[in-house]
Amino acid sequence: MNGLIRKLTSSKLFSALMALLVILIFNVFLNRGFLSITVVDGHLFGQLIDILNRSVPVMILATGMTLVIATGGTDLSCGALLALAGALSISLIRGSSTIVNEYSAIPFPLVITITLAVTTLCGLWNGFLVARLGIQPIVATLIFMTAGRGIAQLITGARNLTTNYAPYSVIGQGWLMMLPVPIFIAAAVLLVVWYFTRRTAFGLFVEAVGVNASAARYSGINSSMILMIVYSISGLCAGVAGLIYASGIMCADANNAGLNYELDAILATVLGGTSMMGGRFYLGGSVIGALIIMALTKSIYAFDVAPESALVVKAFVVVVVVLIQSPFFKNWRDTVKNRRAAVGGGEVR
Amino acid sequence: MTEPNGIPRDEIILEAKGIEKIFPGVHALNKVDFTLKRGEIHSLMGENGAGKSTLIKCLTGVYGTDGGVIKFNGREIHPESPLHAMSIGISSVYQEVNLCPNISVAENIFAGRQPMKGPFVDWKTLEERAGKALERFDVNVDVRRSLDSYPIAIQQMVAIARALDISAQVLILDEPTSSLDKQEVAKLFDIVRKLRGEGMGIIFITHFLDQVYQISDRITVLRNGELVGTYKTGELPKIGLVTKMVGKDFDDLANVSRVRNESPHDVMIALEEVSAYQSVENVSLELRRGEVLGFAGLLGSGRTEVANLMFGIEHNNSGVIKLKGSAVRLASPKDAILRRIAFCPEDRKRDGVIGELSVRENIILAFQARLGIFRFKSLRQQYELADKYIKLLGIATPDADKKVSDLSGGNQQKVILARWLATEPEVMLLDEPTRGIDVGAKAEIMKLTLDLCRDGMAIAFISSELDEIVRISNRVVVMRDRAKIGEIDEDEGLDQENILKAIAGGMAV
Repeated sequence: MNGLIRKLTSSKLFSALMALLVILIFNVFLNRGFLSITVVDGHLFGQLIDILNRSVPVMILATGMTLVIATGGTDLSCGALLALAGALSISLIRGSSTIVNEYSAIPFPLVITITLAVTTLCGLWNGFLVARLGIQPIVATLIFMTAGRGIAQLITGARNLTTNYAPYSVIGQGWLMMLPVPIFIAAAVLLVVWYFTRRTAFGLFVEAVGVNASAARYSGINSSMILMIVYSISGLCAGVAGLIYASGIMCADANNAGLNYELDAILATVLGGTSMMGGRFYLGGSVIGALIIMALTKSIYAFDVAPESALVVKAFVVVVVVLIQSPFFKNWRDTVKNRRAAVGGGEVR
Repeated sequence: MTEPNGIPRDEIILEAKGIEKIFPGVHALNKVDFTLKRGEIHSLMGENGAGKSTLIKCLTGVYGTDGGVIKFNGREIHPESPLHAMSIGISSVYQEVNLCPNISVAENIFAGRQPMKGPFVDWKTLEERAGKALERFDVNVDVRRSLDSYPIAIQQMVAIARALDISAQVLILDEPTSSLDKQEVAKLFDIVRKLRGEGMGIIFITHFLDQVYQISDRITVLRNGELVGTYKTGELPKIGLVTKMVGKDFDDLANVSRVRNESPHDVMIALEEVSAYQSVENVSLELRRGEVLGFAGLLGSGRTEVANLMFGIEHNNSGVIKLKGSAVRLASPKDAILRRIAFCPEDRKRDGVIGELSVRENIILAFQARLGIFRFKSLRQQYELADKYIKLLGIATPDADKKVSDLSGGNQQKVILARWLATEPEVMLLDEPTRGIDVGAKAEIMKLTLDLCRDGMAIAFISSELDEIVRISNRVVVMRDRAKIGEIDEDEGLDQENILKAIAGGMAV
């Protein structure tokens, strides 16, 4: 039992989970009705559901980001690719229509396929720059971070394109088994990526490349292929998140959709225990990280913190969590633990 | 007793008494005593895991101790970090060069204590002083160039210069010679002797027995975390030292000798007039099943490049590489692995171990890479494979989930060997497989090589240690200046002298 507890507390997920728990408990006491969930028209409503639902785009971005960070890189383009996906999908639905349309110009599955294919290709391009041309990930993905929104604006003609096409709204606003559809999409993405990384050798190869790319290559791993796949997955995740985001507001906002989400995704990944140095990655941790960010945002608003100081509060909490996870604090904790163990040993003798 | 230059000889600078260090599950140091006198070179000997590095780390404040006293010039000290130890007067140069490859030589020497002019770094003084520090070693390099533009030998000198610049009284050298060639070792020893003359106490750790006898005044032997004893070098014969290190009568290395090569064997890999851009020129050779082909030559003679060519890391632009008689193009290591070629690289830290991953993951990696992404071995199969090789090679690890970077050098090397044996290769290319590991592990690895050879594997054995090459090779390819200059067969007087002659240029064959 003791061993189990030690295993739990030493797990990378533990501190992230604790942070989330603290934020939730804080809310339970200070934010009335935080835990209450009501059924309206067969749909579940409540703040918890809301946190879960709203964290979905960042959660999906963080899933892709986790793999990228595990290889020792970062993907700054995913927020912009999210905006691109929204712009592309809505303009495909509208076709040449100049009014807000009720029908799609091309078959809906085709809309989704094209959108996801385009963002995946953008991801592949990132991967190509990093793996084949040896450009540093931050610089390589910076290209699409700026160009992605530019292309999105070109597609929408710099307007906020809207649509009333009902099937499209299901992605971001639909309900399934009493819960919002995005939650299921996020779960599906996570499950697929988890399966692909942990039930095949892909996760092992990603970690090997992330820790020591040269040794991975000497062991027969095609590092550049691994990198290109990883960046493509991140692009695909951005596409999925973009569909959900745009569908949620039925509008393609090339300028503001997913603005700074790439940073939230990086933060979620780091909060979840994956090191920016690359190597071991924790998909579950990144999910918790995304939840922490959203729970924090929600509670700040619930406490009527003025919007202008909300970011400061958020930053403060993030600093605390990151400090707790830092090697410095880890060493400190270990020292305390060892000292206690040493004292215990002395008594035995 | 006082030497002519006024330095009292028998004065103790550093004294450790009853040092205890306990790691979870391991009693790494058990009441170890150690004394270092002023003006002596003191070798610290022991097998991997004997506690040498742990003792050093306790003395330099990397670890705290769990018991015992450390005294420096008679005063008790509690070093909290290497930097703190340095400020007390104990400097150390670690086994692997731990500098920043991407900044300049001068900055590496003075990182963290740059001479300042107001708030700015005083670059001129910095470079002058760095140049002077290196001149002491007869190393003349442009200190403004980045460290990685120089070979490892120079980098090693830079590391020592860094440690010495501070007014140190105790200098700890942990395996400083493992990447140096003979002349560089001689130069290093000159410097070390000079420092001894200045009254510095030097702790020297190495796996090269000859070097211990060349340079040290006293030897302290550790075994399994316990002190075996401290001896004057003149009073402890080599065989006695080895016996004390391994704790049994040691004839392992003596038993290692080549497998007799009786019948002609199939040629596995043949290079025919192979040249590669900025690599090797016009190399022809044959590597046969059931033989050990040694590669001798100085650092940079092209030995490693030949292995790289046979493993698809470098590519030839003329000539032909044949595998079992048919020409092949090895585009990548994966190509080579698919053709059952394995390669144990020279630089274990850079190209071998994947430190953060577990022993299990390191062992299955190449095998899994051969299978591809989707034919993933189940965890159970992974453990079976890992446990099999842990047992077969005697890898000292509590279990297969241990991080590989927590193992000692020799055990890390065994993990790399296990990684390649798991791919069931027909050709094994070993590039300096015995570098930086202790005598016992060396003998084990050489024995293993011979076993594999006996089982019919074709083995290329690259080593700077002629003794090892002569001991186990059936034929030796001698390389110089990126070309093959000769080949000596076991029937044609394969000994160290002939190899040295060949390298020196007096080749009769």
